[in-house]
Amino acid sequence: MKLGRISVLSRRAPFTAMAGLVIVSLNALAAILGPDLAPYGEAYPAGEVWGTPSLEFWLGLDNLGRDMLSRLLFGARTTISIALAITLLSFALGAALGFSSALIGRWVDTALSRLVDALMAVPTIISALVVLSVLGTSMPVLIGTIAVLDSTRVFRLCRAVGLNIATMEYVEVAKLRGERLWWIVRREILPNALPPLVAEFGLRFSFAILFVSSLSFLGLGIQPPTADWGGMVRDNAQAINFGGLAPLLPAMAITQLTIGINLLVDGFLSAQNPDRARAR
Amino acid sequence: MLSLVIRRLLTGLVTLWLVSVLIFAGTEILPGDVASAILGQERTPEALQAIRKNLALDQPPTTRYVRWLTQFVRGDLGKSLVSGTDIAPEIRNRLANTAFLAGVAACISIPLSISLGLLSVIRRSGFIDKVINAVALMTISAPEFLVAYVLIVVFSVRFRLFPSLALISDATGFWDRLYIVTLPVGTIVLAVLAYVMRLTRAAIIGVLSSPYIEMAILKGVSWPRVVLRHALPNALAPIINVVALNLAYLIAGVVVVEVVFVYPGIGQLMVDSVSKRDVPVVQACGLIFASAYVGLNMIADLLGVISNPRLRHPR
Repeated sequence: MKLGRISVLSRRAPFTAMAGLVIVSLNALAAILGPDLAPYGEAYPAGEVWGTPSLEFWLGLDNLGRDMLSRLLFGARTTISIALAITLLSFALGAALGFSSALIGRWVDTALSRLVDALMAVPTIISALVVLSVLGTSMPVLIGTIAVLDSTRVFRLCRAVGLNIATMEYVEVAKLRGERLWWIVRREILPNALPPLVAEFGLRFSFAILFVSSLSFLGLGIQPPTADWGGMVRDNAQAINFGGLAPLLPAMAITQLTIGINLLVDGFLSAQNPDRARAR
Repeated sequence: MLSLVIRRLLTGLVTLWLVSVLIFAGTEILPGDVASAILGQERTPEALQAIRKNLALDQPPTTRYVRWLTQFVRGDLGKSLVSGTDIAPEIRNRLANTAFLAGVAACISIPLSISLGLLSVIRRSGFIDKVINAVALMTISAPEFLVAYVLIVVFSVRFRLFPSLALISDATGFWDRLYIVTLPVGTIVLAVLAYVMRLTRAAIIGVLSSPYIEMAILKGVSWPRVVLRHALPNALAPIINVVALNLAYLIAGVVVVEVVFVYPGIGQLMVDSVSKRDVPVVQACGLIFASAYVGLNMIADLLGVISNPRLRHPR
């Protein structure tokens, strides 16, 4: 996308989309600079267990007396980078298979589509639990499993988009010219498929954040002492019974980010398609 | 129509079978087998051999798959690797608990969300509409555990109205159970509500752009009557679909909710078994969840066919 186009989009963007952009940028900053900004270490016991917020500890202390703000900042990097890795991997996999399925057709398409149907016939979290029970929980297993399960949705979208574009005349022309498959995908199909894919990327990213956080919350995701938002909710869950609000902070961290992403995606879609914006 | 129904039932069965293969294969093909999972770090080749023999893991996968599936269909779910006892009684007990939780949540959330969705169309682009959209965005973005903890903080810690732990036993009576599951049910309802509302609204608005609606408006039919009598019947199929989707979503969401409230359901059992790497229990739970999911989708498709006169009486 050219710079001029971005500025046009941002001028047209409604307030909610700008808010989404601001939220997402702040989170990206936290993920990049977080560990440098954090006043205390990730696993450093700085004070008493579940200490209340003070000038020293802005957001209070957690179940092991670690600084909540510092852990939220460290957790931003863990959660966001893992979710990003999952989304990138699932897109690489889903887009590659989806576009090939649409372009090659025949038995490749049938086989892949049936496999995806079967995978999607089970709720994602259930499949993930089955796989994790065999492989155990480690970072690569976690990323790989969720990426494969999530790539089914990317596959469906890319296949649909690919089928749609593959029948366009300019693709036909390129085929007749004798261009290779990869060239056609890169030069003819991808540029035209980009808008729906970008929107889907945002949605899948927010899904990955929720999913990793849920698994960590269940104790099956990222293992302590690494700080991640879902795991922090689990660690501090007991505080609720003593009237503490400690688990709500990481839970709200997750929510603000997914809300930001959803607002941004919504804004992007309306800017892409003014009809849709008016219909809403 | 009968052939359509039969075809749909058959597809459902084939899907279920494929899913059972996937679940079995998932625990077979993946590196690291059940025997090493039991022994953990301190495994010797001899011990591995003994356990493989004991669990009949030395036989070919196809034999084991066939036996696993036939036993499963007959209600014999095998033995737990951790406790060594039969899985079936425990699962039956917990399945009933989960069905109770999900059933109560469905009974409340479905009528509520559909009527609110209708309301938002009748009062289109009004204040209610805006509120619904904002709430929908919130609940789609928030993880279930945030909703659950907020409910606990407000209703359990602050006002002390409902228990924060949903501990029930066989001896708990029906009304007591209903009281105890208030907060878990509330969490699920909130998670599903806005989503179904939004999709109901979208389905009806889609129908509202048809010519016969314009006709109805032009001949002076009142707006609520247009929505309820003219648009709603034609939007039924997509709405049924939405409901099924959400019941399915509810199945997955129930796992987290059960863990938060320490509710003795099948989701909590599955999570516990995953961390203990008790593969037979995980397989059984997985297949049950998957069957429920596939079954619901099938029922939704069938209802969709039945609710649509054009499909019911094909030319």
